[in-house]
Amino acid sequence: MATTTQAPLAAQLRSRWQSLASHRAIWPILALALIFTVDGVVSPGFFSIRIVEGRLFGNLIDILYRAMPTAIVALGMAVVIGTRGVDLSVGSIIAICGAVIAWRIHAGDPHALVLLEVLGVGLVCGLWNGFLVAVLDIQPIIATLILMVSGRGIGLMINLIYGGTNPSFISPLLQLLSVGHIGLIPARLILCAALFAALWLLIRRTALGLFLESVGGNARAASIAGVDARLIKFAAYLICGWCAAWAGVVLTADTHTSDPVSEGLYIELDAILAVVIGGGSLAGGRIYLGMTLLGALVIQTLTTSILTSGLPPEYNLVVKAVVVFAVLLLQSNNLRRDIGSAFRRSTS
Amino acid sequence: MREKYLPLIATITVFVALFAIGGLLYNNFLSTLVLGDILADNAFIIIAAIGTTFVIISGGIDLSIGSMIGFVGVVIANLDPLGWHPLASAALMLAFGLGFGALQGFIIEYCDIQPFIVTLAGLFLLRGACFMVNLDSVPIRHPFVAAFADASIPLPGGGFLASSAMVMLASLAAAIVIAHFTKFGTNVYAIGGDRASAGLMGVPIRRTMVSIYALGGLYSALGGVIYAFYTSSGYPLAGTGNELNAIASVVLGGTLLTGGIGMVGGTLFGGMILGLIATLINFNGSLNGAWIMICSGALLFLFIVLQRSLVGSLRSRSTA
Repeated sequence: MATTTQAPLAAQLRSRWQSLASHRAIWPILALALIFTVDGVVSPGFFSIRIVEGRLFGNLIDILYRAMPTAIVALGMAVVIGTRGVDLSVGSIIAICGAVIAWRIHAGDPHALVLLEVLGVGLVCGLWNGFLVAVLDIQPIIATLILMVSGRGIGLMINLIYGGTNPSFISPLLQLLSVGHIGLIPARLILCAALFAALWLLIRRTALGLFLESVGGNARAASIAGVDARLIKFAAYLICGWCAAWAGVVLTADTHTSDPVSEGLYIELDAILAVVIGGGSLAGGRIYLGMTLLGALVIQTLTTSILTSGLPPEYNLVVKAVVVFAVLLLQSNNLRRDIGSAFRRSTS
Repeated sequence: MREKYLPLIATITVFVALFAIGGLLYNNFLSTLVLGDILADNAFIIIAAIGTTFVIISGGIDLSIGSMIGFVGVVIANLDPLGWHPLASAALMLAFGLGFGALQGFIIEYCDIQPFIVTLAGLFLLRGACFMVNLDSVPIRHPFVAAFADASIPLPGGGFLASSAMVMLASLAAAIVIAHFTKFGTNVYAIGGDRASAGLMGVPIRRTMVSIYALGGLYSALGGVIYAFYTSSGYPLAGTGNELNAIASVVLGGTLLTGGIGMVGGTLFGGMILGLIATLINFNGSLNGAWIMICSGALLFLFIVLQRSLVGSLRSRSTA
């Protein structure tokens, strides 16, 4: 008698659990909640936000502020990964953009024009990657490796044209975008939100998103169905290069210096990680923009938490790696199935 | 199957051509001294790249190489003051490399996660482990390491074959035997060529894949050992970005990134081409490091396009 009432209850719990666990937002949100809980215990003042000189201050604001460059790059990366691609060259694109900003400002261009030029440079970089992937049909990892290897060299060359190794510059417009505030809110948050909104409209309110995901899901089926896979892949890499250029503006104006060797170093890895933590599969077919932003926040929260908790910063990378492994293992269907079957065996 | 050797021949031709260009531009460039230097300076990258060749032939990728090189050096250097003989700590780290590679392979295979992401986490983990051991550059003072760094065989023409280059050539020979004369090697090519068919033909896929990543880990650990011995120190940032050099060496060596096609021997020349570009630009004196990056990228582009057209022609012939 006990078993007959227990079985439906267990089944009910299991199905409730499965529907919850299968929702894609659950794991990153759980991860974020876990990190925040630890933060709250370790450093009690972690969540306090105060207003100093008309600006918001606090760890949460700091996390949002610092996550923005990675988040902006990750938005573009999510689109590329959705087409079953990857773009390793975003860090190098940022380096090139930084060099172009310093160069054109020294050449005396109006700063609004410099902004347009640098976005154009991002599009050109995206065009190059798109050409390699879509026209020459080279594997995305390798195609974008080419610009990744040579891009920082190109940035150094641009700087050498007019003599400096790490030229600095002053630009009120670009610095407003990067470190400025609009009202209480840091401008870069607004920039990222605007980019997110634009991409969301482009992908969810036009057919482009459907085409991008169909090319990633099954390129052959998509092209039989009449989708021009080449054109769509081109579009993805253009979007990614464009986003990287915006991140380049934010990062370069932050330091007011073009430093091609170290600017945006490893940002491609963080961006890919943000997409994966957000539930985007590298096998393509899905673009989750909002989840990607969440992924970028998880990464930055982790970094900031390690710093504020008093752990030596040396632990940063190790903790990051452990979290990545944990998220990956949780997302693995094989592991979930095996644990699930072990669970079922123990309950039956 | 003459086409199999075409990428290898192309790689060797480019190497010889670049070397000849160097000889035309600079006096004394065409000497065994320059050749020996290129071999010695790039030995650790080429060793790591040899292991990566197996991974790439199987259709995978390994990004943890650079961090492995750094971590191995840091551990060896920090065990040195504790009285460990460098060979003992090297043996320990080789075992670690084998185990770490096997673990990565196991996660990739068992959890069905893309190798790119798993080895990326491996990259973070090992680099973080370097920082946790020690943040400073630590010298290795054991007399054995100094003796190793000085050991060399004189070559005709005034050059030297350094001990690191000898280890590299020996590990290359071992890799050639593994790739072309063992059942394991055949299985690697079979899985890279067509995984599903290989499985149906009875190739033990899971075991082979774990072994491939274990082999990759072993070779990158060996690269780290050689780098530590060659520089007589352990530095937590050593080897940063070397995974890209290793992958570029493999690609320049004629291995196709789609898997199934490639030769371990080509990786030697791929790595030497990268070393040769750096040497040529250093010989010039007026050019700076930016040119090394740009030239490496341009050459990579040329090779990939060349490979694409080659594969395209092979495919059209097989369907015709």
